[in-house]
Amino acid sequence: MSEKFDVIVVGAGPAGTSCAYTAAKNGLKVLLIERGEFPGAKNVMGGILYRKQMEDIIPEFWKEAPLERPVVEQRFWFLDKESMVTTSYKGLEWGKEPFNNFTVLRAKFDKWFADKAVEQGALLINETVVTECIVEDGKVVGVRTDRPDGDVYADVVVLADGVNSLLAKKLGFHKEWKPNEVALTVMEVMKMPKGSINERFNVEENQGVSVEIFGDATKGALGTAFLYTNKDSINIGVGTTLSGMIKKKMKPHQLLEDLKTHPMIKPYIEGAESLEYLAHLIPEGGYDSIPKLVGDGVMVIGDAAQLVNAIHREGSNMAMASGKMAAETILKAKDLGEFSERNLDSYRTDLYDSFIGKDLKKYRDAAHTFEEHPQYFEQYVPLMNRAMNTMFTVDGTPKWDKQKKIMNSFTAGRGKLGVAKDLYRAWKAVK
Amino acid sequence: MNLEEYRGVWVFIEQREGKLVDVGLELLGAGRALADKLEVDLCGVLLGSNVKDLAKDTFEYGADKVYVIDDPILEQYRTETYMKAVGDLVRKYKPEIFLYGATANGKDLASAVATEVMTGLTADTTLLDVNLEKRLFEASRPAFGGNIMATILCKKHRPQMATVRPKVMKKLDPQPGRVGEVIEESISLKEENLKTKVIEIVRSAKAAVNLEEAEIIVSAGKGIKDEKGFKMVEQLADVLNATVGASRDVVEMGLCGHDHQVGQTGATVTPKLYIAIGISGAVQHVVGMQNSEMIIAINNDPDATIFNVAHFGVVADAFEIVPLLTEEFKKALKNEVEAEEGGVAHV
Amino acid sequence: MNILVCIKQVPDTKIIKINPKTNTLDRSSAPAILNPYDAHGVQEAVRLRKIHGGKVTVLCMGPPMAREAIKKCVEIGADEGYLISDRRFAGADTLATSYALYKAIQKLMKQDGIDLVLCGKHAIDGDTGQTGPGIARRIGIPPLTNVIKVEEVDLDSQQMKVRRKIEKGYEIIQSKLPCLLTVEKEINTVAYSPLPNMLRAARYEPIVWTVDDLEDVDIKQLGLKGSPTIVGKMWPPAKSEGAKMIDGDVKKQASELVKHMLEKRELFEVKGGEQA
Ligand SMILES: Cc1cc2nc3c(=O)[nH]c(=O)nc-3n(C[C@H](O)[C@H](O)[C@H](O)COP(=O)(O)OP(=O)(O)OC[C@H]3O[C@@H](n4cnc5c(N)ncnc54)[C@H](O)[C@@H]3O)c2cc1C
Ligand SMILES: Cc1cc2nc3c(=O)[nH]c(=O)nc-3n(C[C@H](O)[C@H](O)[C@H](O)COP(=O)(O)OP(=O)(O)OC[C@H]3O[C@@H](n4cnc5c(N)ncnc54)[C@H](O)[C@@H]3O)c2cc1C
Ligand SMILES: Nc1ncnc2c1ncn2[C@@H]1O[C@H](COP(=O)(O)O)[C@@H](O)[C@H]1O
Repeated sequence: MSEKFDVIVVGAGPAGTSCAYTAAKNGLKVLLIERGEFPGAKNVMGGILYRKQMEDIIPEFWKEAPLERPVVEQRFWFLDKESMVTTSYKGLEWGKEPFNNFTVLRAKFDKWFADKAVEQGALLINETVVTECIVEDGKVVGVRTDRPDGDVYADVVVLADGVNSLLAKKLGFHKEWKPNEVALTVMEVMKMPKGSINERFNVEENQGVSVEIFGDATKGALGTAFLYTNKDSINIGVGTTLSGMIKKKMKPHQLLEDLKTHPMIKPYIEGAESLEYLAHLIPEGGYDSIPKLVGDGVMVIGDAAQLVNAIHREGSNMAMASGKMAAETILKAKDLGEFSERNLDSYRTDLYDSFIGKDLKKYRDAAHTFEEHPQYFEQYVPLMNRAMNTMFTVDGTPKWDKQKKIMNSFTAGRGKLGVAKDLYRAWKAVK
Repeated sequence: MNLEEYRGVWVFIEQREGKLVDVGLELLGAGRALADKLEVDLCGVLLGSNVKDLAKDTFEYGADKVYVIDDPILEQYRTETYMKAVGDLVRKYKPEIFLYGATANGKDLASAVATEVMTGLTADTTLLDVNLEKRLFEASRPAFGGNIMATILCKKHRPQMATVRPKVMKKLDPQPGRVGEVIEESISLKEENLKTKVIEIVRSAKAAVNLEEAEIIVSAGKGIKDEKGFKMVEQLADVLNATVGASRDVVEMGLCGHDHQVGQTGATVTPKLYIAIGISGAVQHVVGMQNSEMIIAINNDPDATIFNVAHFGVVADAFEIVPLLTEEFKKALKNEVEAEEGGVAHV
Repeated sequence: MNILVCIKQVPDTKIIKINPKTNTLDRSSAPAILNPYDAHGVQEAVRLRKIHGGKVTVLCMGPPMAREAIKKCVEIGADEGYLISDRRFAGADTLATSYALYKAIQKLMKQDGIDLVLCGKHAIDGDTGQTGPGIARRIGIPPLTNVIKVEEVDLDSQQMKVRRKIEKGYEIIQSKLPCLLTVEKEINTVAYSPLPNMLRAARYEPIVWTVDDLEDVDIKQLGLKGSPTIVGKMWPPAKSEGAKMIDGDVKKQASELVKHMLEKRELFEVKGGEQA
């Protein structure tokens, strides 16, 4: 038996489900295949879900989606050994409709979202691994699964199988990612009573905080750590590029252990009980790593297409937007009656024209810059900390002298010209 | 249903191929305490063919009366015949409490009888008591995968029935010469009207792992990691002449068969010595071994919960200490032998 | 050969959590799954259907969410699934459960005829194993419990032979059809479902019956009201005072342990020597 669908979507993450939802809603016969026990079962994310792209798919989703807390405060911590410099923005307007973004637990959210796609008529099957695309005459015509009698056919196959996208690789759309194109991130979900969260993070019951941590958290390697508040748990995690990990000979779980016991972090998580430990790759190659996106009868979306803005920690939103665009393209192709690469190519151009293409282009050099110039992470964060310490330690030294001392400490490390160059380079990378 | 009409504590006396099974005697021990509290008779129910003589043994273990149905049709256990026989007895004599061993046939019978006489049945109990004031049987058992204990009550139906795990209750010391009353009843079934027939019973004598009767058990947990670790445990067991037990995780890893599993879904054991190696001490495991006389735990995690139930504990790497223990023990025995032989030589 | 399998949806007790304050099950902590023994029941039914033809129907009593468990059975290969779901069934112990299932089975027997009923050895949430024999008694067919193998089915003479697991061995028992089996895990391995089954299951909607869809039901025998047993108190298992810890280096620990083990000297037979 070989049933045929209009669309087969591989992977029920934010990308795949958005695509399946949109396609099914518009009357296409959609099969969504997920290898986990259920969508989200093994999906990892720090936990910030952006309102806008989700709302484009399901208006006012916050009224029923399983969300944790709306984020009202975004903090940045520049961590040294025993100190940190922090900045933050807190806006209570973010705690009200229509909100800005939310913390989520993917295991709950992905399942809910996939159920929504099923409500629209998509057929979802779990615990099934797609092993390859079925290609006939250079055209993708279906997928092969690991199940007996496991072939199934469709006009278009959408690959939303996440960062490794073995399927796109098998089609020759991309090569094995290089160690500097992916970040390895480990995180833990830790149970913590609501009261402790509210107290420690200074928020109300229905307000959340996101904390991005730089510096000592990654031992100076290119990467970040994070701390997000859920309803009655917190997510804590840390990641660096694989190349950074290799270069510094770090073990990811050790990095997380060190973070959890860091004197500045420990008080926040004291007494919390570990519920789950997860490790995952994030595609961080950016603009220049985007693989081939479209072929005859096939499209690539989400992480599988390297659509992540590492600097702003945006991924799920790009995944969703790309899924929606892919579905819309398929609908147009259906009207044209043919699913050739040419007819599907407007997905690619739409994508590059959208905020996704533009944002990724804006930061195309950022990662490489920071990777090639480790001073940003290795030297400036400690320098910032020492500067603050110097400035605010009341010891009778005139402030003017202090300032001079601080400037000297910066230039001593990098040289006057070096500092100027570093500043210019950093500005250029993210301008 | 007039609850007042129901009096007496009953125990189903299981026999296999003409021999009494331990669990029945254990239940007499437990039933005795209940009957004394309620000031009623403790009665056995004995079914089979040519089994009448077994009745007197039950008196020595505490029974006051035994209802016997001795009929060729009852030679082998069959639900349809036994259910009818027991159902008739219950309807006629009206016991208030009725205990069965939680064996394959005991559970089967109790379940069928409960429906036959429309009463409540509590499975796999480990703790029995009565509330005298309300004259209510309190049958307690691990629930939710052993994470919690729950008392089950049967307020408005009689008899109040329970199955009890083998080895959980204790036999009384037999009182030779203690006698009681044998009440013979008959059954009115004809073989040709029956729907089932036992064709063959195979009890494999092949040294099946017999954890329940083992006096020494060396048990392996996931901390032994792999086949090599399991071998190491087997070697210790060999020197001690012990039976090898295992946690469920080890069974699931395929290192040994399910018949080695100790715990809630494995065997309940009460050896004189239980050595737990690399076992964390999950409740499901602990409920199966906590009544062992001496428990020794070896674990490299000082906070392992197994230390809560153990009598002696060492925090050590199993891979270091177990081979050492094997050697030390061998040496100790050998020294003893030599000392003895030495002694003999002097005579 | 029409086979009915009774299946239950249970919380996965592997990952269950107990609320330490109320001593009750934290349901949110444990995902609901198809009782593993019942999966083997369905698999066996599918195997027998392959040989003898006929139809495999599953029956479940539970909340609406139990649909998922029925769909799982369709993945394994069941043809049809019925869910009996009604507030009036709620709170049932095994006696009331077997009554409700019996009433549904009566109706199904009228519809299609049933040659064989299968149940799991027990449901992992209660571990009782009482429902199967209870159903059999109510229908008036023999229960054969702890079955590890179906030896033979002879539809002409309406007989079957099975292997029952008993202490330290097994027995082979023959029974007239229809009868009821409760199955152990050893009876088969649940196969990895083929893709067409997965697609069928994803689309499948079980047939749902309420009390009103059943005939001649004595409401008093259903649910909490029809359950003779009730749960009294609950408490966490007792903790002991803990082990005496033996410190020192491994060598010292080992020799100390040996000393304690030899307190049970009578256990160890001395090999060799003494008869000489
Ligand atoms: C630690 C961490 C923190 C992050 N934090 C954030 C954040 O705060 N905010 C944010 O927006 N983004 C964040 N991201 C990025 C975000 O998680 C991803 O960009 C997003 O999940 C991509 O969605 P996706 O659907 O493309 O892929 P995924 O979510 O990875 O989904 C892929 C799905 O495909 C399935 N699958 C894979 N292969 C197969 C196969 N062969 N057959 C069948 N199924 C298959 C998988 O099981 C999975 O369900 C974070 C990522 C990580 C790792
Ligand atoms: C309904 C239900 C029924 C169950 N029934 C049973 C049952 O009958 N029997 C059963 O056993 N379980 C049962 N379980 C499973 C039980 O919950 C536990 O998962 C299981 O007992 C754990 O096995 P373990 O102690 O071997 O493994 P773990 O819990 O993984 O423990 C391994 C231990 O080894 C220690 N260790 C690691 N390395 C070393 C080393 N080198 N040296 C020394 N120590 C080391 C670790 O510190 C740890 O304490 C059941 C569960 C459920 C839900
Ligand atoms: N609610 C139910 N619905 C359908 N079948 C059930 C139900 N409860 C129990 N059973 C069946 O009876 C068997 C034994 O269950 P239990 O007596 O609860 O251990 C299970 O494996 C099922 O086959």
